Amino acid sequence: MIALANVAFFEPWWVQIVKALAIFAVIFAVLPVLIVYERKLLGRFQGRYGPNRVGPYGLMQPLAEIVKFAVKEPFRPTTSVASLFRIAPMIAILTAVASLALVPFGDVQHIFGQRVGLYGIDVSVGVLYVFAFSGISFYGIMLGGWASGSKYSFLGAMRGAAQLISYEVSQGLALVGVLITAGTLSLTGIVHAQGGMWYFIPQFAGFIIFMTASFAETNRAPFDLVEADAELVGGYFTEYGGTAFVAYLFAEYTNMIVVAGIATTLFLGGWLMPFGIHPPGWVDPFVVLAKMLLVITFFIWIRATLPRLRYDQLMSFGWKILLPLATLNLLVTAIIVVG
Amino acid sequence: MSPYDPGDVVEVIRAPGAGAVRGAYRVFGETLRGLKTTFARVVEGPVTIQYPEEKTPVYPRFRGRHKLHRFEDTGLEKCVGCSLCAAACPADCIRVVAAENTPENRVSAGERYAAVYEINLSRCIFCGYCEIACPFDAITMGHDYELSDYTRSDLIFTKEMLLEVPIERTPLRTEGE
Repeated sequence: MIALANVAFFEPWWVQIVKALAIFAVIFAVLPVLIVYERKLLGRFQGRYGPNRVGPYGLMQPLAEIVKFAVKEPFRPTTSVASLFRIAPMIAILTAVASLALVPFGDVQHIFGQRVGLYGIDVSVGVLYVFAFSGISFYGIMLGGWASGSKYSFLGAMRGAAQLISYEVSQGLALVGVLITAGTLSLTGIVHAQGGMWYFIPQFAGFIIFMTASFAETNRAPFDLVEADAELVGGYFTEYGGTAFVAYLFAEYTNMIVVAGIATTLFLGGWLMPFGIHPPGWVDPFVVLAKMLLVITFFIWIRATLPRLRYDQLMSFGWKILLPLATLNLLVTAIIVVG
Repeated sequence: MSPYDPGDVVEVIRAPGAGAVRGAYRVFGETLRGLKTTFARVVEGPVTIQYPEEKTPVYPRFRGRHKLHRFEDTGLEKCVGCSLCAAACPADCIRVVAAENTPENRVSAGERYAAVYEINLSRCIFCGYCEIACPFDAITMGHDYELSDYTRSDLIFTKEMLLEVPIERTPLRTEGE
């Protein structure tokens, strides 16, 4: 078998399992908090409080909702395709969690005499791995929408397919600028290369393009045509309820965390602190989480601000503005780096 | 002014087109303006009135639940059981049965008094016509609007309930508010 990528495995197998469980546990503990954070912040942006009734400051709201979803009766339309209908949310959540493995939360640390990298895996093809899984995550949306056997789901899925493909191009091109500057695809390598200056300064255009394309990739406002609750009921997950719906919801928010993590890693210097501060190693994950929170706050801010784009505007923006800008950014970067 | 000058025609203001440069401005420049607008809302803080704990103050002329009145000095009821309120009521929710005052049992200041005075609040439309029709200002509209109950029969308010000094549950709007 040909090795497609070099994975820098140096920990014993049990450390890797513990690591995987720890990352998974932390992120899944953070998800409900993130949902309530988004709703509260969204409320503030609209001059209201957001959920504040369940528990102190409304913090128990997601718990109440998860209980509500969990006790719902699972059902599917008679026109749906059972196997695909069940598999689609699994694909969505699997790909989201798989991408999570790549986000580096810190450098290699010495814990109890073991060398432990504070990340899931460090693949030599880093960024490509993320793109591969976000490519597969289309199937979660496509199959979910198509297998539902409903017009609205189908429309949402078709829009999703077109949107994700167009915006992935710009997103990829925006990242190539960073990859050229850093000279490596490994995410930890890219963070190490940012020792002098975080890449959002030299790659500012790339950062803006990446963020814009990320809104489309995570199906969030103003590019949430896939869900478009006003016109398509719920888009691809119209027919989903109960735990399957929660799976889609969690996949969407995990994707948001992953994108925030990638943006942090590639543009905001990962676990590095500004002004040459070198804190001890255990601070690294908190630095990364703080930066991710910043990016997510920006996501929410944008969601509170911009209305949803019309479909043709979405397409013309993606192909006529974003793609030329990304290409130009790539060319300029390449000329500067080579010349 | 030339004869072809449109003069008073207002020029149409168009949004920037979707061309490359203007489109980019429209996307990023206007987005920044929007971000500023939403951030100003965060700075302002919520405008929500958290209802059961906080209540919107009502205006003095707000038409809430009815009140029946007594004379403050004698303690006699103002209502003389003339049924004009019942006649004026468009929803037909007031029922008055009058009875004669006797020297032993003097209830109201007039010749007769209301032996039964009932308002069915589940039918009342809070128009205030009863208040206008009343020749003695015996019935007025109060400020209470929290009137829900578990059964319809509980919403039929009797004379005793309407004469009771009501608990002021709703704040009154002060001058300038």
